[in-house]
Amino acid sequence: MIVRILGEGQLEVDDSAMSELNALDQELEAAIRRNDEAAFGAARDTLLARVRALGRPVQADKLAPSALILPQEDATMTDVRKLLSDEGLIPG
Amino acid sequence: MSVMKRVSMIFRAKANKALDRMEDPRETLDYSYQTQLELLQKVRRGVADVATSRKRVELQMNQLEQSSNKLDKQARDALSAGREDLAREALSRKSGVQSQLADLQTQYTSLQGEEEKLTSASQRLDAKVQAFRTKKETIKATYTAAEAQTRITEAFTGISEEMGDVGLAIQRAEDKTEQMKARAGALDELMASGALDDVVSGPHDDIQAELDRMGASHDVDSELARMKAEIGQGSAPRQLEGSAGADGHAAPAPAQAAQPAEAGDPE
Repeated sequence: MIVRILGEGQLEVDDSAMSELNALDQELEAAIRRNDEAAFGAARDTLLARVRALGRPVQADKLAPSALILPQEDATMTDVRKLLSDEGLIPG
Repeated sequence: MSVMKRVSMIFRAKANKALDRMEDPRETLDYSYQTQLELLQKVRRGVADVATSRKRVELQMNQLEQSSNKLDKQARDALSAGREDLAREALSRKSGVQSQLADLQTQYTSLQGEEEKLTSASQRLDAKVQAFRTKKETIKATYTAAEAQTRITEAFTGISEEMGDVGLAIQRAEDKTEQMKARAGALDELMASGALDDVVSGPHDDIQAELDRMGASHDVDSELARMKAEIGQGSAPRQLEGSAGADGHAAPAPAQAAQPAEAGDPE
């Protein structure tokens, strides 16, 4: 499946990696719920590192939506909350 | 629900909304392509803006570097002349300059990172826009309006996500350059005020004047010291009455905090 890291582009990740990525994603979400910026940062870094390690870059000229989209590497919890709460924030 | 799943759904919802607004799918293609070209221009302007900001920071760094070097030299001159008080003043100003420099270095690295990110975002978008154009022409030539719908949706959703991503990257870069511009402006004012300047061109040129006044007699002293050393009297400075305090302190000068201001002032 295709995974996008905001600010970096799309990566093709094998479906077999999904359970691992979902577990990391749950940590990310739990950190946001607890309002724990340090835990959020750690979960975000781990998640992005795993996606980068497992993924292969999608061809530049391929036009396909991503199944999953991850926040950019320096995203704060506030950034992610904005992203989730208000779709009007996505320009274009 | 998962964060990454929700974000992707939000991007997709935005694309679908835009698609729903279009009545004729073929019109959608041309309109979208137009928007893509505009965004591509915008991201290129963004790259240029960040580069401009980065160059401004670079220029300020060069200026401060010069100030720092000048102050350092003045501190040495002052110490050689036995004026530790002046050396201390120059060094304390130099330390202020150094901390501004460290701050600028951080900004510079950050802007450099932003520039690289935007540049590659622009390349990614460029590749997608070209792919979209090819697809658009194929769809228009090959399919009836009804048939075209699904193909258009596919292509449009794909590029819409890329555009959303690039749009967010531009916003982040703009926010950062705005902050940098404000700080660069403040620093320009600070530099213009002379607060970070070397003691020659700043408002404290009394220091340099004093150094200059003492310069002539000091030159003779140091020339004498050097000659004595050459003739083989060993560590000449210690044998020089009058300038003994100054030259004795010349070596540990950089650790200026270790000595109280008055200690090395022979005058």
